[in-house]
Amino acid sequence: MKRRKFLQHTVTASALVGLSGIGLQSFDSSTKKITILHTNDVHSHIDPFGPEDGRNPNKGGVARRAGLIASVRKENPNTLLLDAGDIFQGTPYFNYYGGELEFKLMSMLKYDAATIGNHDFDNGIQGLYAQLPHAKFDFISSNYDFSNTIMDMHVKPYKVFKVDGIRVGVFGLGIELAGLVDKNMYKETKYLNPLEIAQDMTSVLKEKEKCDLIICLSHLGYSYKDLDQKPDDLKIAKATKDIDLIIGGHTHTFLDKPTIVRNSVGKNMLVNQVGCYGINLGKIDFYFDLDKNKSAKGVSIIV
Amino acid sequence: MNFKTFFLCFALLFITSCKTPISYHKIEGKQIAITDSLSVDQSIEAFIKPYREHINKNLDSVISYSIDTYSKSDGKLNTAIGNFMADVMYEQSNTLFKKRSGEDIDFVLLNHGGIRAIISKGNITTRTAFEVMPFENSIVVTKLKGEQVKELLDYLIEAKRAHPISKLKIVMDSNGNLNDATINGKQIDYSKSYYVLTNDYLMNGGDRMDFFKKRDTVYVLDYKIRNALIDYFSKTDTISPVIDDRFIQLN
Repeated sequence: MKRRKFLQHTVTASALVGLSGIGLQSFDSSTKKITILHTNDVHSHIDPFGPEDGRNPNKGGVARRAGLIASVRKENPNTLLLDAGDIFQGTPYFNYYGGELEFKLMSMLKYDAATIGNHDFDNGIQGLYAQLPHAKFDFISSNYDFSNTIMDMHVKPYKVFKVDGIRVGVFGLGIELAGLVDKNMYKETKYLNPLEIAQDMTSVLKEKEKCDLIICLSHLGYSYKDLDQKPDDLKIAKATKDIDLIIGGHTHTFLDKPTIVRNSVGKNMLVNQVGCYGINLGKIDFYFDLDKNKSAKGVSIIV
Repeated sequence: MNFKTFFLCFALLFITSCKTPISYHKIEGKQIAITDSLSVDQSIEAFIKPYREHINKNLDSVISYSIDTYSKSDGKLNTAIGNFMADVMYEQSNTLFKKRSGEDIDFVLLNHGGIRAIISKGNITTRTAFEVMPFENSIVVTKLKGEQVKELLDYLIEAKRAHPISKLKIVMDSNGNLNDATINGKQIDYSKSYYVLTNDYLMNGGDRMDFFKKRDTVYVLDYKIRNALIDYFSKTDTISPVIDDRFIQLN
């Protein structure tokens, strides 16, 4: 076994020499790093909490987040910035401007995509639709069927980002709206089974789209231990294969570190969520190995 | 380069162009706290500023005046602030409801816990309304049968709490049993149905007001509790609510 690996390595190395010799491509490094930055449940918290706040004094604030994101991007331009929903509702910024400022700022921060949370329907589906012109990023939701609503064609079931030659597939899962949001608000939005959709999406992203990395943006909630039938991030993680990272939301869960979950085929993946109100920014770095030498030995996860 | 190496080289080129999955060998995950030690992006800050200033100016604009300071803890079975809230909801909604349904609202029931702040003596601003009602709850009206109205009365008598009511009067005897109850000054006819105004939180099962589960049609007025307060403050020069006899216990 060891000898076979060694041989493969040798063959690849000589082949690379051959390639650069004919001037097609030059590989100056065998590793690529993709950084995923993420937020969830920011709930219109644009300004930082004040020094007198009982729970989160001096925390959060979009202008500070912008500075941090810029410094991460400077260090690694191969970065995606994602949000797991509930962008709306929580401060007078939403009551006064209906989400306009939230979307404008997320566009200025160069968010790549967001999924839709239950509170994003708080001004009705028409209220969400009305703010779309302010968003220069994509909305991704795979299990909300918007075909009989004004949001039809404005939400993608998935998107493939090409980041430094790596294909990153992102799909989105939303929570059941009935019982949580007034029907008058979400209208004819249909909620589809998140687990079935996750299985469909991963198969599309893996087989058809040939993605190297698959990320699920979820607003299902981290874990409902006592409710076997209620889908959550941990249940989706365990019951599927090929998802590398679930970025969660809804439950405002603060984790000490990302959770490592063994998926349905025994492979480790990550579930993360960073609380709420823009108090934290999640950062997950994936190191890709182009010569397959390192990845053949398995994946080391440092959290 | 011998033939074999050349072939391998060609094969690799073919595979690369056809796209084989690239694998990762390491993941590093962490979270970064957004604190005051981070530097502020000045262009973002400058962009937010006019929005913030507009909101603050608007929130701090004086829209009414309060004669006194009113708290939901001042009063046992009814409070001045609760009576105010319930009366305002009726006044702001009845015309709207009548236009839609052709009917009048018979009485109002809100929840004591839904009053989230005091109204202080002095100027009332829009911010006051946001403090008293930070949630997005909306006004709803439904029709309850006499039987459910009885359950509603039992609930209030059992709770002995100053849940805000309007147009409804309840008298308990010294033992805490129902002595008398009227709606709009008339004895309750339990064979009749009544239109009750409440908020969507209670309608959907909040505070275990289970009698709302046996409701008839729900009329959603698309009118937030907070906006009804703001509209009332804006048209009213001075407020001076009082504790009255709408829910009392006889000695």
